Amino acid sequence: MNAETPAGPIVIIGGGHAGAALCGALAAAGLGAQVQLVCEEAVLPYHRPPLSKAFLKTPDEKLQPHRAEDWYAQQGIALQRGDPAVAIDRAQRHLRLRSGKTLAYGRLVLATGSRARNLPHLPASLSNVFTLRSAADAQRLRERLHGAQHLTVLGGGFIGLEIAATARAAGKAVTVLESAPRLLARSVSAELAEHVLQTHRASGIDLRLGVAVGEFEFDGDRLASLAVDGRREPVELLVMGIGAAPEHTLATEAGLPCENGIVVDALMRTSDPDILAIGDCVAFDESYSGRRLRLESVQNANDQARTAAATLQGREEPYRALPWFWSEQGAMRLQMAGLMPTDPAEGKPYRRDGANAGTFSLLHYVGERLVCVESVSAPLDHMAARKLLETGKSPAPEAACDPAVPLKNHA
Amino acid sequence: MPDITFIHFDGTAEGFEAPEGVSLMQAATGYGVDGIVAECGGSMMCATCHVIVDEAWAGRLAPPSALELDMLDSTAVPREATSRLSCQIPLTAELQGLVVRLPERQV
Repeated sequence: MNAETPAGPIVIIGGGHAGAALCGALAAAGLGAQVQLVCEEAVLPYHRPPLSKAFLKTPDEKLQPHRAEDWYAQQGIALQRGDPAVAIDRAQRHLRLRSGKTLAYGRLVLATGSRARNLPHLPASLSNVFTLRSAADAQRLRERLHGAQHLTVLGGGFIGLEIAATARAAGKAVTVLESAPRLLARSVSAELAEHVLQTHRASGIDLRLGVAVGEFEFDGDRLASLAVDGRREPVELLVMGIGAAPEHTLATEAGLPCENGIVVDALMRTSDPDILAIGDCVAFDESYSGRRLRLESVQNANDQARTAAATLQGREEPYRALPWFWSEQGAMRLQMAGLMPTDPAEGKPYRRDGANAGTFSLLHYVGERLVCVESVSAPLDHMAARKLLETGKSPAPEAACDPAVPLKNHA
Repeated sequence: MPDITFIHFDGTAEGFEAPEGVSLMQAATGYGVDGIVAECGGSMMCATCHVIVDEAWAGRLAPPSALELDMLDSTAVPREATSRLSCQIPLTAELQGLVVRLPERQV
């Protein structure tokens, strides 16, 4: 933003983690009165991670709002709930909402997140088929899961496995179908994927890798069965955890360059000087890996919101946050610091035992450089790993894996 | 609906009537107390909701789990004897008058 930054509202499109975090940062800077938050969902912005865990498990568990309703009013932040933006007019600097209302903006921030992928050849609105993204999705799934015996999960990624573990812990029979030869293919090391596989199988989840799924059969508005490697299998409830696509329809239609996300620079600016974008919907040059990426994580949403808040105040604080991530699958707490190299052959893993039996971390080196640490129920090692990676420290593997020396001592 | 007080690092106090049935962290972030970050929203993955419980209250809370103790080892500023993660303190009517201090920083 330059000295001629226009006055007028800062309009944030999207009430997910990034949008909520940006509200917090702008309010802390005393700019709340300039902020309007436009949300597709009618509920107050809430924490999304519990939707696949505590919220799904416990019938009367409530959503966890980021802020109380009063807080927005006290900060002067105007909330448009349940009335999503449908078009951006960059020339006029306003947006149109679904209700027909128009909002003028001085600066616009797109925090539109991502959408759960559906199978293209599956009819929409089947009564026993679910994706999990929104509170409404989670409520619907929770209600149906309560009385069900069996859950089929399509996809062995983070969301699918979290839901599978939650359902299994609630005593349901669970089948997970993954078309790739291993779980979590895009995100974790082969070694960790194997550990996760064994852990879930040990809990009684029927987990099948490398399967071809197709040929659905329907019974009214229900999916009755599907073919798994040619054999027909009945379905009671089906959850699709097959990834998420960035939500950038508004940006594309407004002529902003998008490629697996709205393209932004290190200050979260799109090609339009008055429009920023943050969070799941964004493609950016990640500084540790040197790759253009889209990251779907709470950390990325929060940290990009902070960068955007600085940009909106005329400060340049290029986004350099270390990516980190967690996934709770039943009792297993996975934590990742840094990113795995794209080519698995590039990296070499070393195992460090955690403080308790059965806990460990995998330290991944490219040459002598530590690039990523995956931890399984070893929180101290995860937190120490973040510090090491942030400060560019690469202790020699043998030393780093010596359990007698706390990992944080190598900082 | 217990009245709770946060004492900021600069000594100023901020108090309000908190809801029951949520954690101290949720009450703080819901209300907008500066100085609680709670990056992970209460999953015990980040140690950025660190508070130092007033001596008079520390013994009246349910003790921390092993996992909480581990995470308290990773706070941005070193933990004190009565440090807790505020996401692990459920608010009840019995905590009427609870006082906690905020550390210098959370990250």
